[in-house]
Formats: sequence, C-alpha cells, structure tokens
Amino acid sequence: MRIENFELLSTLLKQRSGLVLTKDKAYLLETRLMPVARKYNLANLDQICDAVRTRQDSAMIADITDVMMSCGTHFFRDKKPFDLFSTKVLPRLRAARADTKKIRLWCAACSSGQEPYSLAMLIKEAQETLGGWQIEILATDLSEGILAKAKAGIYSQFEVQRGLPIRMLIKYFRQNGDKWHMDSGIRSMVDFKPFNLLEHPRALGQFDVILCRNVLTYFDQPTKAKTLSHMSDVLAKDGILYLGLSETVRGVSEEFKPVPDMRGLYQHADADL
Amino acid sequence: MKTCLIVDDSRVIRMVARKILEDLGFDVTEAENGQIALDMCQKSLPDGILLDWVMPVMDGMEFLKRLRALPNGSATKVVFCTTETDVGRIREAIANGADEYIMKPFDSEIVQSKFMQVGLI
Ligand SMILES: C[S@@+](CC[C@H](N)C(=O)[O-])C[C@H]1O[C@@H](n2cnc3c(N)ncnc32)[C@H](O)[C@@H]1O
Repeated sequence: MRIENFELLSTLLKQRSGLVLTKDKAYLLETRLMPVARKYNLANLDQICDAVRTRQDSAMIADITDVMMSCGTHFFRDKKPFDLFSTKVLPRLRAARADTKKIRLWCAACSSGQEPYSLAMLIKEAQETLGGWQIEILATDLSEGILAKAKAGIYSQFEVQRGLPIRMLIKYFRQNGDKWHMDSGIRSMVDFKPFNLLEHPRALGQFDVILCRNVLTYFDQPTKAKTLSHMSDVLAKDGILYLGLSETVRGVSEEFKPVPDMRGLYQHADADL
Repeated sequence: MKTCLIVDDSRVIRMVARKILEDLGFDVTEAENGQIALDMCQKSLPDGILLDWVMPVMDGMEFLKRLRALPNGSATKVVFCTTETDVGRIREAIANGADEYIMKPFDSEIVQSKFMQVGLI
C-alpha cells in the first residue's frame, strides 16, 4: 500500500471514530479491508483509497470504520465489575434514588449488545427489590451494523459460552438450532441507538451509571481526555463510571478518581462514595 | 495447586483439554469413562471435573449421580463438556447437580470462563 494511502485511511478513521491507527497496525488494514474491497468490486487497498477520495461513498466509509474497529466483547466481561454492579452499585442506587425510583444506565460503546444485556439480566434478577422502579438502559455504538446485531439479540453457541453462566443461558435465552435468542423481556429493557463518542452526549440526558469500557483504549490522549470530560458532564454527582480493566483516568483526566477497592469503577473527583 | 479430572472417551479431547487446564494452572488426571472416574473419586476427590456425557461402560450422567452420592461428593465442581447441546439436556444436567456446562466444540477461552464461573479460577 502506498504511504499516502495509509495516511488517508488513518486520518479517515481518526476523524470518524477517534481510532488511532499506528504504522505497526498497518497490516490490519490489509487483512480487514480486503473483504470491503471485494464487496465494492475493487481489487486492492489502493483502489479503495482512490474510491474514498473520488466518491466519498458514505456506506463504504462506514464499512471501513466498522471493520477496523475491533468490536470483540462478551457477556459479563471480566465478571468482577458486574458482580460489583449487583452487590454494591445497584443497592446504593436503590437507597439514593428511593424518592424518584428512577435509574438511568448508559453503555457508551455497547458493540453487539452483550454488555447492556448483562446489566439487564442482573436487574431482572434483582427485580423483587425493584418493584415499581423505572430503570432505563441506553446502549449506543458508532457502528450501525453492530447495533443491528445487538438489537436482534441472536448469538452463536461460542458467544453464549463466554462469560454467561449456564443458568442464565437457559433462563434468558431461547434455543433455535445452534443459535440462542435473547428473551424478548430482556431485549425490551434495552434501548439501542447510534451515537459517536466524539460528540457531546448532553442530548442523551443524565445518567446514574455509565459504562465506557474497552473503547478509550483506541483513542489518543486528547480524545480520551475530551471523552471523559463529556462523561463527567452527564454523570450524576453520585454516579459511577465504568472503564475497561486495562483503562484508567490516571494521567488523562482530573475529573474522575477510582472508587477504592472496586477495580474499573470511577467517581467524580469531588465525590466520596 | 488445584486438581482437575478429565473424563472423556476421546483421547484427542483429553489431550486438548489437558493442555488448556494445565495452562490454567491445574494438576490434571484423566479417565476414559465414568466407571474409571468413579473409582478414582472414591480414592480422592478432585477440585473440578470436566465431564463428557456419552461414553461406554458408564456415561457422564450416571457418573454424576453416583459422584453426588459419595461422602463429600457435592464439594467437587462438575463442568459438563459434551456434544449434547439441547436445552432439555442442559436442564437435566443441572437438575442432577452439574455446576456448569460446555457445549462442544470448545476453546481455551470457554474452558477458562466456565472454570471461573464455578470459582476454581
Ligand atoms: C471492543 S468493543 C467494546 C465493547 C464493550 N464495551 C466491552 O467492553 O466488551 C469497542 C466498541 O467501540 C465502538 N466504538 C469505536 N469508536 C467509537 C466511537 N467514536 N463512538 C462510539 N462507539 C465507538 C466500536 O464500534 C466497538 O463496538
């Protein structure tokens, strides 16, 4: 691939999604973009780049960003942060929101839906203690392709065996051949919408818990800082922010600090939970 | 070191599973059917068992029932690992005391996830 074409694609990805593509990841372009080339009847990456320059085809550009953003995820990823959701975060919110009986959760890069559905199942499990409560789960992602899969809630045998306890599988899924369909009751608890994290989320309203896991890691420092600052604007004063276990606010944002003894959970810098 | 017994009549599956479980830090033993596994468990109970369903001599379900009837036989975590993927079979396994369930084919991530689920990792 010509060097000016690498630059064209990395600029495109950075502008559209915040994804930083370093030179050592150039090989990923080759393996991931060839199927896109074929779909548009192009022979190679250089032809894709010519097409991006001349046609500005938005469907093709969306396909390029889709395949370049790693969207791997699974149910109850890392387990512990979800255990904490049930044992600490939810009980605390139940006390703190006893007057309004309203809780709003946001999965800010929900990928194929496993993360918001994991929350929905935990809420369902806690239902006896939440009678009469209104709990909203908003799940967003940049990729409309991945959102369509998330909404459908249909998973392969491999996907349902990563992180999902077997009792939850048989309780909340319907088997159909080698596919597993998420129960419609759980699906209806989650509202899926496209949203780009490079934009300000104020129009989405305020949230009690935000999960922004395993996406900041693809951004450069300034983009991480800006995204965290946006999150801070829409997170309730006593709210909780979840990041991926390999991610941190340290050295990136002064607006958050870790919740002691709860790995992956953060609170406003001036809060004391 | 935690111990895990692999019960499967396929030598290839036992080999693959052994590699995965050893990489996860388990001390691994093997049995090729339920009867041999039961004899081993009567001498000493492992922390975990990865259990196939369909096997000659004694199948996995029969083994599980007898294991659970042993003194302290409920302490061992049992993870089924089988080509029986029908939800009815899964319910049956759980009703009879299985802790987790793997539908073949599996990979190291799935095994790790399931052994985490039962608290052995
Ligand atoms: C690795 S997945 C993380 C999924 C899930 N949060 C988890 O931790 O398992 C990253 C997701 O971030 C999404 N993404 C990347 N850039 C984005 C952006 N600028 N705005 C919104 N979503 C984005 C991708 O489409 C992908 O689905």
